[in-house]
Amino acid sequence: METTPRAGIVLTPQQLRNRRLRNLAIGLAVAFLAVLFYVITIVKVGPGVFKPMT
Amino acid sequence: MIEGAGAADGMKRQNWDGMSLVGHESSEASAVVSAEYAAGPKEFVSLLKPRVMSLVVLTALAGMTIAPGSVHPVVGFASLLAIAVGAGAAGALNMWWDADIDVLMARTRLRAVPSGAIAPNEALYFGLFLAGFSVLVLAVVANFLAAALLAFTIFFYVVIYTMWLKRSTPQNIVIGGAAGALPPVVGCAAVSGSLTLDSLWLFALIFIWTPPHFWALALVKSGDYARAGVPMMPNVKGADRTRLEILVYSALLAPLGLAPWLSGAAGSLYAAAAIVLGAALLVLAARVYRVRTGPEANKTAMRLFAFTILYLFVLFGLLVVERGLGLFTRWGL
Repeated sequence: METTPRAGIVLTPQQLRNRRLRNLAIGLAVAFLAVLFYVITIVKVGPGVFKPMT
Repeated sequence: MIEGAGAADGMKRQNWDGMSLVGHESSEASAVVSAEYAAGPKEFVSLLKPRVMSLVVLTALAGMTIAPGSVHPVVGFASLLAIAVGAGAAGALNMWWDADIDVLMARTRLRAVPSGAIAPNEALYFGLFLAGFSVLVLAVVANFLAAALLAFTIFFYVVIYTMWLKRSTPQNIVIGGAAGALPPVVGCAAVSGSLTLDSLWLFALIFIWTPPHFWALALVKSGDYARAGVPMMPNVKGADRTRLEILVYSALLAPLGLAPWLSGAAGSLYAAAAIVLGAALLVLAARVYRVRTGPEANKTAMRLFAFTILYLFVLFGLLVVERGLGLFTRWGL
């Protein structure tokens, strides 16, 4: 049976590893920023941020 | 499209070919490898120039500690992080623009863009995103003045220094030094919301520190700069003139080091260090002026270069330590 050659970009094992590491680094950075912005919001606005607006 | 990106792309292709990598445009091939997907986090971190960043963090922190008023530690940390990332973004944009000359210099040819680890456009978008993000975060976390100053710092470093002055005048690092001198002003503004005289003294200190620091290195690496066509002082005015200017700037810097103490921003520990380090700086600069030939000339220049880094780290470190650890005293005052 004839096999069709894969078209497009084929990453090497090293590139795949680097991509996984990049994804992990971006994920950690986003998680860190989410926590940081949450804490900053509490610090700047205070606990009143949780009170419903009347 | 930003002007210059096309030229950088041409350079990129040349490098990739040298590394047996093929751009993804020729996607009809069955196994196309693209350098745009080759870099790991380490290479992207290197784009931020971590060593320069550490100096920016320290000087910005010093600006924050001498600022009138105070901020919550979390706000202070976030502001410092934004300043550091902004400086890193400027470094990434500098590497994107300078890839064509970095590849010609031994000192810089292994950087992420000229070595082909990161594609020029990746460096450009990475730098632009971080620059915008850091300014936005500083505006939200601290205030608009600090954010505007950070934006101006990035603009000055990338556009005024990197794109214009660096390749056009031997005064490139003198004027461009303003960008490196601004972080304490940004740090101070982040805390106080204003420009203070004390932070401007720190600006002046780094501004005058920059020429002896870079020209000491340029004396040794003049061949590199000549190959790349960068008009550094030794290449344009000669090594002797550079040595004289190093001595003059060092003579200005030594007394200027005491300015934060005289203005009341620094304590006696800082003053003692400024006197000792200022004297040592003058001795080393005088030695660079005197020793002009042979391998000893390069050694003395590199010794001065290394010492200038120590000089700035110790003085700004003491500014932080004096306030942070409660060691701020004013002997006899």
